[in-house]
Amino acid sequence: MKALLIAEYRQGKLLESTYELLAFAERLGAEKAFFFIGAEAEAPHFDGKVYFAEAAKYGEYNPDLHKRLVLEAVQKESPDYIVFLHSSYGWDLAPRLAAALKIAQVSEIVGITADGFEVPACNAKMRRLLKPVTAQAVLTIQSGAFSYQGEPGGTPSLVPVELADSASRIEFIGYEAAEKKEVDLARAEVIVSAGRGVGKKENVEIVAALARALGGELGATRPVVDAGWADHSRQVGSSGQTVAPKLYVACGISGSIQHIAGMKKSDFIVAINKDKDAPIGEVANVLVVADLLQFIPALLARLSK
Amino acid sequence: MKILVCIKQVPDMESRFRVNSAGTWYEEQDLAFRLNEYDEYAIEQAVRVKEGLGGAADITVLSIGPDRAVEAIKKGLAMGGDRGVHIKADQPHQMDAWQIASLIAAFARDKNFDLIFTGLQSQDRGSGQVGGMVAELLGFACVTTVVGFELNGAVAAIRREMEGGLRGVVRLALPLVVTCQLGLNTPRYPTLPNIMKAKQKELLTFQAADFPVGDSLVQTEKMYPPEKKGRGLVLEGDVNELADKLAAILKEKAPALR
Ligand SMILES: Cc1cc2nc3c(=O)[nH]c(=O)nc-3n(C[C@H](O)[C@H](O)[C@H](O)COP(=O)(O)OP(=O)(O)OC[C@H]3O[C@@H](n4cnc5c(N)ncnc54)[C@H](O)[C@@H]3O)c2cc1C
Ligand SMILES: Nc1ncnc2c1ncn2[C@@H]1O[C@H](COP(=O)(O)O)[C@@H](O)[C@H]1O
Repeated sequence: MKALLIAEYRQGKLLESTYELLAFAERLGAEKAFFFIGAEAEAPHFDGKVYFAEAAKYGEYNPDLHKRLVLEAVQKESPDYIVFLHSSYGWDLAPRLAAALKIAQVSEIVGITADGFEVPACNAKMRRLLKPVTAQAVLTIQSGAFSYQGEPGGTPSLVPVELADSASRIEFIGYEAAEKKEVDLARAEVIVSAGRGVGKKENVEIVAALARALGGELGATRPVVDAGWADHSRQVGSSGQTVAPKLYVACGISGSIQHIAGMKKSDFIVAINKDKDAPIGEVANVLVVADLLQFIPALLARLSK
Repeated sequence: MKILVCIKQVPDMESRFRVNSAGTWYEEQDLAFRLNEYDEYAIEQAVRVKEGLGGAADITVLSIGPDRAVEAIKKGLAMGGDRGVHIKADQPHQMDAWQIASLIAAFARDKNFDLIFTGLQSQDRGSGQVGGMVAELLGFACVTTVVGFELNGAVAAIRREMEGGLRGVVRLALPLVVTCQLGLNTPRYPTLPNIMKAKQKELLTFQAADFPVGDSLVQTEKMYPPEKKGRGLVLEGDVNELADKLAAILKEKAPALR
């Protein structure tokens, strides 16, 4: 069994998460080769084949050209699995590649069993076990689900891939950094975050009051930020801040994969949610099943004593 | 300008999910269905493009699903879509993303759409595959995870989101598939007059069998709730008692309370 692992490269650097692909391939027991578009000096540390193209020529983000380059490597390598991270790079390219090859695609794999690949469904409340029907398949793996232990090492043997025609429909203008910060959550020892369960903007104040009572900062989920109820710098999660405070209190937060990615390293996690099945319960040390609008005022009354 | 918006109806994610008798999907009975959150942004963006062109655009809102999917289509029409297309499939979960995309592409192929909006992902399946596959099948360019969209003539300037809040800015010509991320815009609430008007709008109905697509490429072995591992303390009951218990725990855990 062979796996072609698609490395990620951004702003001139190989992304560390690339090595999670190695951990996944090891779990599969697959023979491994990398595919890498970047600068030669940044190639993955790995004793084996690395299909390589220059980012200087093909861009860091160019799904048109990158798809065709991966297809070149697939032709040379004939892998059983083409494996991406489930990331803004991976979920962009994977379906295009799968459709071009007319082969199965399984997204956001969190586990491997004898019967197939395990993926989340229904906002992480359920799981599905999926099996590709085709001989080859495109896979994306959830970031953090397969962690690579140890120091990557080795000397890659680069196999160049090229396109005769590098004309493309897409023009990459550049990157924009995240907006300026109202707060640096990474420094906070205590973070109390508001989710959509607060219901409306005015209720964010109840959560903010709990944050003050605990000597901490207010955090928020993405829908709360998108609705303009909290500043973007307070967003915790894969597209916001990654935090690891001593205490994290999640109020009215379901516990989506993207939110949990940003706070699961907290020392102690308390969740307040009216839904006992909310996936936040999977990472919480304490889950209080209650309506936050009633519960938090009752809690504040006790904390002020 | 011809615009297609692909939408899906999904259960309310706060529901309690039970596995169906086949063991491969959730039991639909007793669930409340609504428009996939990501697709609301897709409809809104299509309507904004039309408004930006002074109304010189035609928006088709398409959904593949059982009869209940018509409600999602009606919402799309009330938000500003011009025409609904319902491709009837009683058990759409039995189709994989490839088959859903193939159906959409089969419908769209000869219709000369300039822009196709989809959601980044459906909340129940969450595969994030359909948009990219439709693009590939139609030979369109595609940009995913879009949080900013501007049209200048036949060229779109697009912001796409990456990890940690970083964004990439790209420019490309139509035709184009765009997959919409949360926060792209602020989806409007349909007003009562627009809900009434939507009832008069054209609704075309097809059967999935009208568009032959191949077999599925992925097989679902089973669906099940996640294993409850490492789960901590669960506190339930009277609010005042709960508050006593948590206050005691927090007094230990919050440095400021010590
Ligand atoms: C690429 C990508 C990146 C993303 N990045 C992020 C990110 O960085 N951060 C982030 O947070 N999300 C992110 N998201 C969005 C994420 O998928 C979820 O949509 C989001 O985290 C859900 O936020 P929520 O928990 O506040 O809302 P919901 O999922 O709507 O949950 C609300 C919760 O509140 C509970 N509730 C309701 N009323 C009450 C009440 N009165 N009392 C107590 N509990 C109540 C409900 O039971 C429910 O569990 C991203 C998504 C994508 C696709
Ligand atoms: N049954 C369907 N009918 C119409 N559009 C769909 C359907 N399923 C998915 N889509 C579209 O494809 C997007 C991605 O879905 P998915 O690949 O299932 O995560 C959704 O946000 C919709 O825009």
